[in-house]
Amino acid sequence: MAIVELKNVAKNYGGAHGGSNAVDDFNLTTRDGEFVVLVGPSGCGKSTTMRMIAGLERNTEGEILIGGKDVSQVPPKERDIAMVFQSYALYPHMSVAENMGFSLKLKKRPAAEIRAKIDEAAQTLGIEHLLARKPRELSGGQRQRVALGRAIVRNPQVFLMDEPLSNLDAKLRVDMRAEIVKLHQRLKVTTFYVTHDQVEAMTMGERIVVMKDGRIQQIDTPLNLYDYPANRFVAGFIGNPSMNFLRARYVDGTVSGEGYRFALDDARRQAVEASGAGEVWVGLRPEHLTLASDATTAGESGHAGPNRVEGTVDVVETLGAVTMVQLRVGDATLTAQLPGHQPVAFGDTLSLTCTSDRLHLFDVESDLALGQSRASAAPATAAV
Amino acid sequence: MSSKRFTNGALGALAWVVAILVFFPILWLLLTAFKTEQQAFTVVPNFLFTPTLESFRTALAQGSGYWHYAWNSALTAVASTVIGLALAVPAAYAMAFYPNKRTDFLLVWMVSTKFIPAVGVLIPIYLVYSSVGLLDNALGLTLLFTGMNLPIIVWMVYSYFRDIPKDIVEAADIDGAGILQTLFKVVLPLALPGLASTGLLALILAWNESFWSITMTDHRAATLAVYIASFKSAEGLFWAKMSAASVLAIAPIIVLGWFTQRQMVRGLTFGAVK
Repeated sequence: MAIVELKNVAKNYGGAHGGSNAVDDFNLTTRDGEFVVLVGPSGCGKSTTMRMIAGLERNTEGEILIGGKDVSQVPPKERDIAMVFQSYALYPHMSVAENMGFSLKLKKRPAAEIRAKIDEAAQTLGIEHLLARKPRELSGGQRQRVALGRAIVRNPQVFLMDEPLSNLDAKLRVDMRAEIVKLHQRLKVTTFYVTHDQVEAMTMGERIVVMKDGRIQQIDTPLNLYDYPANRFVAGFIGNPSMNFLRARYVDGTVSGEGYRFALDDARRQAVEASGAGEVWVGLRPEHLTLASDATTAGESGHAGPNRVEGTVDVVETLGAVTMVQLRVGDATLTAQLPGHQPVAFGDTLSLTCTSDRLHLFDVESDLALGQSRASAAPATAAV
Repeated sequence: MSSKRFTNGALGALAWVVAILVFFPILWLLLTAFKTEQQAFTVVPNFLFTPTLESFRTALAQGSGYWHYAWNSALTAVASTVIGLALAVPAAYAMAFYPNKRTDFLLVWMVSTKFIPAVGVLIPIYLVYSSVGLLDNALGLTLLFTGMNLPIIVWMVYSYFRDIPKDIVEAADIDGAGILQTLFKVVLPLALPGLASTGLLALILAWNESFWSITMTDHRAATLAVYIASFKSAEGLFWAKMSAASVLAIAPIIVLGWFTQRQMVRGLTFGAVK
């Protein structure tokens, strides 16, 4: 267990033209025993960051500290870390027990101690009956467990997991997700977990680092990322289905465009006015859109005017519990998540609403969030 | 449907023709080895004859020195293969797991040395060997075989190493293995089938080598290739005895090849299938 600190860490592969940084200006300090998820689209630098913590890549700038000690120049084997690879990277010629005990054997630990640790880890993971088998005789999920077992017998200061679930089928992935979380709660080892799957990130991470193009976009808890995305990228990346964006005119406390019109609350109005912009991106989460009954259109209590978006139904996806509806609103497409058993059909005109406190606004130039800093917006969310 | 069957039949027939063409010289060699010198010399080939072991007896006779040549062949082939693998493994390891910008060029350059005809470097090597006393010397021949096969061995070992996922080597690194431990406990066990077929190929190439053996040795370090050539002597051509000697020379390697053919084929196609 240890605190991991990354200070101004950057990686440059030094391509033909000097190369741009694969990771740039990465700053993060974990708590002891924290579960940190690095998430972002492929090529965002999340795996490179993890490989730098592992020592498989050297950071070209900044410092990496594990337990207060700068390890930037320390080879992987001296960093006291364990890593779980996407491919599991088990040693094919060794049995499960040999795979798990390899690191301890290299450290020349007594055979009895190695055996005891293997048995303990195997029991934790429910793979005692597989110890004599070779990796090729195991299913994907079993291999995954062995890879985890190989990491936990080491009792390392830091766990690194590089997309460990992406080779598993969907159902197994959900099971293993929960199991890794339980394992972490039990072992309390500082863990870095890389994934491109925002659902995995949201369900597993105590804190999530959202990355794009080698840069950190936001570091926060899952709910804060969802409620207060720092910019349009984070807003679109976190949440499933993704947030809808409409480019709106701002006039006198309302944002509007073809087919929609929303009144802003005071905090949002002030933020937009402070930015001085005549246009903003309006972000609407599909699950925050509801069918507008005549009662609500007449005027929501506490809001300046009717919040309304109207469009023609393009696609209806009936999922049972919910119904996903795609609407054409002016030139834009909008997804709404409505309750199940919704009597809507292609070509219908739907009128939807969203309360003002759930509107997200972003600057059209910088894509940064407007007027939803935690301090100003938090009371509004609490009231919902 | 029927045209497909016809195509398959035609291809099958073609394969047989090619196989017979390849095998025919060996068959001819075998037949001749069991003939008398008179039968061997007839212009019209004779397939029906009473086999005799006369030629084998001569070829294996006390004074023929078969065992002396066979020992030299075995010694130089095995030694050059062992040295070749010992040099190639670290080279291939570095190139496969720690490649740099020049790795590809280096590999191609190494293999390109095989494009040079041996005769082109005969005189310099002969002069060097002559001045350092390596002519007609088993060590000298071993070094030549090693140099001759090294590019192929490095290339093959490199391609087997490349088939080992880099993650596994990195996992060993994180597990605390140093380079030697990674090599001996992880990489070599995984590449063993490939190393075996590489070794076999090197062994066969060295065993069959005749150009350097004949030019660089006289008797002391001479191999079976020299022995076979000796039957084409000033006293005349002895087809039957030469055939018997050839059969004796190629027999060990054919037996070895027969027993290891599955290994060979698997090793040679390993990378391609994956």
